Amino acid sequence: MKKFTYSSILSQLLLLVFVIIWIIPTFGLFISSLRDKDLLAISGWWTALTTTEVNEIYRMSGMASQIQEEDYFIIKGKLFENNPGKKIQSFGITSKKINEFEIGEIAIFKDKSEVTIDENGNYLWKSFNEFKKKKGKRVFTTSLSPPSFTFDNYREVLFKEGIGRAFINTLAVALPSTLIPLIICSFFAYALTWMKFFGRDTLLAIIIASLVVPLQMSLIPILTIYNDFGALFGVAAKSYPGVWMAHTGFGLASTTFLLRNFLKSLPNEMMEAAKVDGASHYDIFLKIILPLSIPAFASIFILQFLWCWNDLLVGLVFLDQVPSEIILTAKLKELLGSRGENWEILTTGAFVSMTIPLFIFFALQRYFIRGLVAGSVKG
Amino acid sequence: MSLLNLSLIVFLGVLFFISYFHISNFVLDRFGQRSNNRFQFENSFRVIIFILPAFIVLFIFILYPVFETVRLSFYDKFGREFVGLYNYKWAVNDPEFRRSILNNLGWLLIVPTLSTFFGLVIANLADRIWWGSIAKSIIFMPMAISFVGAGVIWKFIYEYRGPGDTQIGLLNAIIVSFGYEPQAWLTIPLWNNVFLMAIMIWIQTGLALVIFSAALRSIPKEMIEASRIDGASELKIFFSIIIPYLEQTILVIWTLITIIVLRIFDIIFAMTNGEWQTGVLANLMYDWMFRGGGDSGRGSVLAIVIMIGVIPILAWNLYKHRQEQKI
Repeated sequence: MKKFTYSSILSQLLLLVFVIIWIIPTFGLFISSLRDKDLLAISGWWTALTTTEVNEIYRMSGMASQIQEEDYFIIKGKLFENNPGKKIQSFGITSKKINEFEIGEIAIFKDKSEVTIDENGNYLWKSFNEFKKKKGKRVFTTSLSPPSFTFDNYREVLFKEGIGRAFINTLAVALPSTLIPLIICSFFAYALTWMKFFGRDTLLAIIIASLVVPLQMSLIPILTIYNDFGALFGVAAKSYPGVWMAHTGFGLASTTFLLRNFLKSLPNEMMEAAKVDGASHYDIFLKIILPLSIPAFASIFILQFLWCWNDLLVGLVFLDQVPSEIILTAKLKELLGSRGENWEILTTGAFVSMTIPLFIFFALQRYFIRGLVAGSVKG
Repeated sequence: MSLLNLSLIVFLGVLFFISYFHISNFVLDRFGQRSNNRFQFENSFRVIIFILPAFIVLFIFILYPVFETVRLSFYDKFGREFVGLYNYKWAVNDPEFRRSILNNLGWLLIVPTLSTFFGLVIANLADRIWWGSIAKSIIFMPMAISFVGAGVIWKFIYEYRGPGDTQIGLLNAIIVSFGYEPQAWLTIPLWNNVFLMAIMIWIQTGLALVIFSAALRSIPKEMIEASRIDGASELKIFFSIIIPYLEQTILVIWTLITIIVLRIFDIIFAMTNGEWQTGVLANLMYDWMFRGGGDSGRGSVLAIVIMIGVIPILAWNLYKHRQEQKI
């Protein structure tokens, strides 16, 4: 059999195109989050991957830092902080001719003062007359900047912008919102599968119907309940337990449905044998069902956890938008609005919010996919 | 709230539910042994213990709200006075509502169709190529990211700078390099909807992809091999064997994505907040929940309109469920 046919090359190319289109947006964000924050706003992220020519404007120091040496007044300094890769190619002293002078050449201002700049950004500005202005003059530089990446943005965002706290808040929302439905639904699904009682079929039909009910149907009534409850007992209407229960409510149908599908596939004989031995339903649940259900639990845990972690609407409606309660997605949305031009905060914040999902994605992909595939059967 | 308190209430919250089941079952085990007709007594109590928490949650968070929302849609903004069809009449005459309905329809038409289509094509391509599973992983990855995160990611694609400036958005950088004027993509009416949908397609294709990949394995290899030997082209195999074989799966995925798209909120809320005519029903509803102190009547009408969209799917699910029960 021929290994390389035209159609196989064609399909490889086509798939490659898809892959590139799909990965570029995320890749761009990742690169951006590692870039210097000043460069972020003035050049595209793709320029960070190669050595690029950048034009910049700097201002030299003013009269305060002048020293007198023999006949001259001298101001020395650095245009930019140490940046090992950055090399100035040429410079200028007017905005019309920004690369008039080579490195080492002497540029003369209108007031007869002279300046030289070396490639690392050190400048020497001297004049016969005393410097009298508070601010120094502007110089224009053209420099080559190799790819350079930094974790500064992460440091700044995690500790200064409240993203770190939002991360913890999200965890405090998502963990119980995943564990509580898993606990109560496993008993529920067990009862629906292995116990006989009046109204079981109706209950099952209600679960199937609830699978597709949009959560918008519940928002207003639940918000009202929470407000009344808060007023009645003198507690805050918006709180962590409130969000947990809301997420539990919205995830209940799918969690129960998935668990029941799994339990149904277990052999009946096992339960019967245990019952004959005098085991109660609770014994059976703890000693037989629970150990067998670990893989199913893992899949459902991941699905529900990601859903809660990534949710915006529930966190927006049922939590106060204050630092001690705001979740990551709401925080990001807030930054998008108020700090839309502070790209370093946005990109880094977005990446921080993705760490857990991406970890789950790469480490537990098998369970994630299994859950999704099992869940899709419900359509 | 301090971090210590926070972790404490998280711990207690989860512990509460575990102890409920453990203690109540423990008491029943002890108590049940003393009663005479043990099994009947024990079983009926056990059922109650097992289903009660889930049932209460189901009732408070799904069943009651559905009826309450329907009721509220006939009441004024505070939910106090009966106003008949007033809120519905408002909706029909509201230009924002009409715009949202049209946008929602656009989303429903385009996103599930394209996501399903791309998912099917990619699953097929990846199935036959040695690096296919890596490709699948990459295309599936957006599924793990939040809609807001995806919004930030795509902001870097759509960002706009004035004609003279350096473009830092990829899309504008590309068209400028071809000599065109840069565009503020998200503000061009009608087209901006398409640009927002692209984000959703980018996310949901992964869902379609993994489900199709699983389904593809169920197609007998011999059938495809046989038709290859008979000289059928790959395209012919795709249309004559694979698509008919996966018909059921295609329908399932299409409905699944339809349900997700119907309640789409985050992407639009984060990217445009419904401005430049990009609003959809869920955004309008969120708006009315809080606008002018909140209007529960109008908000409820909007929720019901979203609900009406899923009713055919709901009925179909129940029908299929009943068929299964009969077997």
